[in-house]
Amino acid sequence: MSDLAQRRDDAVTTSPEDEIRKVRYRGGGFSPKPRALIAPIVFLVLVVIWELGSNFGLIPPIVLPSPSEVVQALKDLIQSGLLWKHLSASLYRLIIGFTCGTMLGLAVGALIGLWSYPRAALRPLVAAIFPIPKIALLPLFIIWFGIGEGSKVATILFGSFFPTVIATYGGIEAVDRSLINMGQSFNLSRWSIIRKIIFPSALPAILNGMRISASISIILLVAAEMIGAEYGIGAYVLLAGNLMSTDQLIAGVILLSILGLIVSYLISLAELYFLRWRR
Amino acid sequence: MDLEIRNLSHKYNDLEVLKSISLEIRSGQIVCIVGPSGCGKSTLLRMIGGLEEPTSGGVYQIGDPPADSLNPLTYIFQDFALLPWRTAWGNISLVLEEHKLGAQAVRERIENVLERTRLTEFANAYPRQLSGGMKQRVAIARALAVNPAVLLMDEPLSALDSQTRELLMDDFIALWQREAFTACYVTHNLAEAVALGHKIIVLSRRPGVIRNVVEISVPIGERQHGSPELIEIQDQLWEMMREEALSADRELADV
Repeated sequence: MSDLAQRRDDAVTTSPEDEIRKVRYRGGGFSPKPRALIAPIVFLVLVVIWELGSNFGLIPPIVLPSPSEVVQALKDLIQSGLLWKHLSASLYRLIIGFTCGTMLGLAVGALIGLWSYPRAALRPLVAAIFPIPKIALLPLFIIWFGIGEGSKVATILFGSFFPTVIATYGGIEAVDRSLINMGQSFNLSRWSIIRKIIFPSALPAILNGMRISASISIILLVAAEMIGAEYGIGAYVLLAGNLMSTDQLIAGVILLSILGLIVSYLISLAELYFLRWRR
Repeated sequence: MDLEIRNLSHKYNDLEVLKSISLEIRSGQIVCIVGPSGCGKSTLLRMIGGLEEPTSGGVYQIGDPPADSLNPLTYIFQDFALLPWRTAWGNISLVLEEHKLGAQAVRERIENVLERTRLTEFANAYPRQLSGGMKQRVAIARALAVNPAVLLMDEPLSALDSQTRELLMDDFIALWQREAFTACYVTHNLAEAVALGHKIIVLSRRPGVIRNVVEISVPIGERQHGSPELIEIQDQLWEMMREEALSADRELADV
């Protein structure tokens, strides 16, 4: 050091009569940081308050059963083997409907994004059908495909198809032109450009669309199961409501919450894997 | 292989961008195209490599490209145009994957160009991990990997800071001395043009016509930074461009 530092000190001390003030730090805040323990504590406190409220009679059991009763209902569900029956029926519909809807959506979205004629033909059609709440089509699907699995799967398929189409062609439209130009300048084939440049570019948008279509699918699953199904979480919740057994009802709702969390976790995993280059 | 541009003109709708451009790019020569912004020099370069079609006239290849050239007309872009989901290695292999070379030959080629651009230890880095200069080096390596007959460079240094620009400039010169390549180099930076060009084409403001052609006889390897001879040429070029640049600057962009 510290010729320079020395000189700077000199400069400060040359006029001793001046008051010396440190510059106040004012750049903090506005950047939330992770606080790992808070979430479980809040959750626990809420459950404890709820349990206490139920035990002291502040919350009437018909309005809201205590957490321990809900846990009991879940246990009964597991022990009677009904859990698996309901869950497997729901998962079957969800997986088939969502997978087919997403696949078809990717294909149609790619057609619209890449070629002029399919684009001109299909985009207005998609725009017209997309805003229809798909649940309004369920009665029609029941007439077409019967009251069984067909109509439920079709509703979920339809519900996940349109958001995927829109996300896919939106993602393809947003691909950086200069990357496509680069591909052309190196004489890459059309198929290579689609596979190696356009598809990876559009992938973030596509995964985002999947997040939306997955939550729509769960909504449609429950709605379809409430209209006519013997098994399925939606049917279980509806039946519990009809019997006024709120403990089972809440147990069913908790199952739906867990299902939604698992689906969104799986999509996060996919993002983490496929978009690892972004980090 | 030489390139010849014959009487090339281009219009966007009614807007005349380029007007009767004729010039030759001889094998082993670096031709620099300079001009004020908006004079159509980048458009001209895109036409030379077939990325855009001129309204009239055309670009012709005279003679065959070397047999081992996988992509005779190869670009180096201003914004690098690297795929962010591929590593340096992957970005280079992208342009080799469609040629039936065999895995061994591909690996050797990539290793060779990485070595020539001094990127060997960055082979597995993603573009976001690399500085601007390194990214452009990857793009240069990618261009060299296909053995181009003519390199088409569109302001390759303009997105970089001035220190990096100097370093890459030295790299270009070293690469050229190691193996003389043919290039068409578009820039608005006269110092770059004077340091690299055998021939400097000065384009006028829109509609772009060739205002002047300046040949520099000093061999590229012997050009001293700031030698009076080069400075004189640079000043001369600036005199030619000054008026044009001034009025181009005052033009409304959206005519």
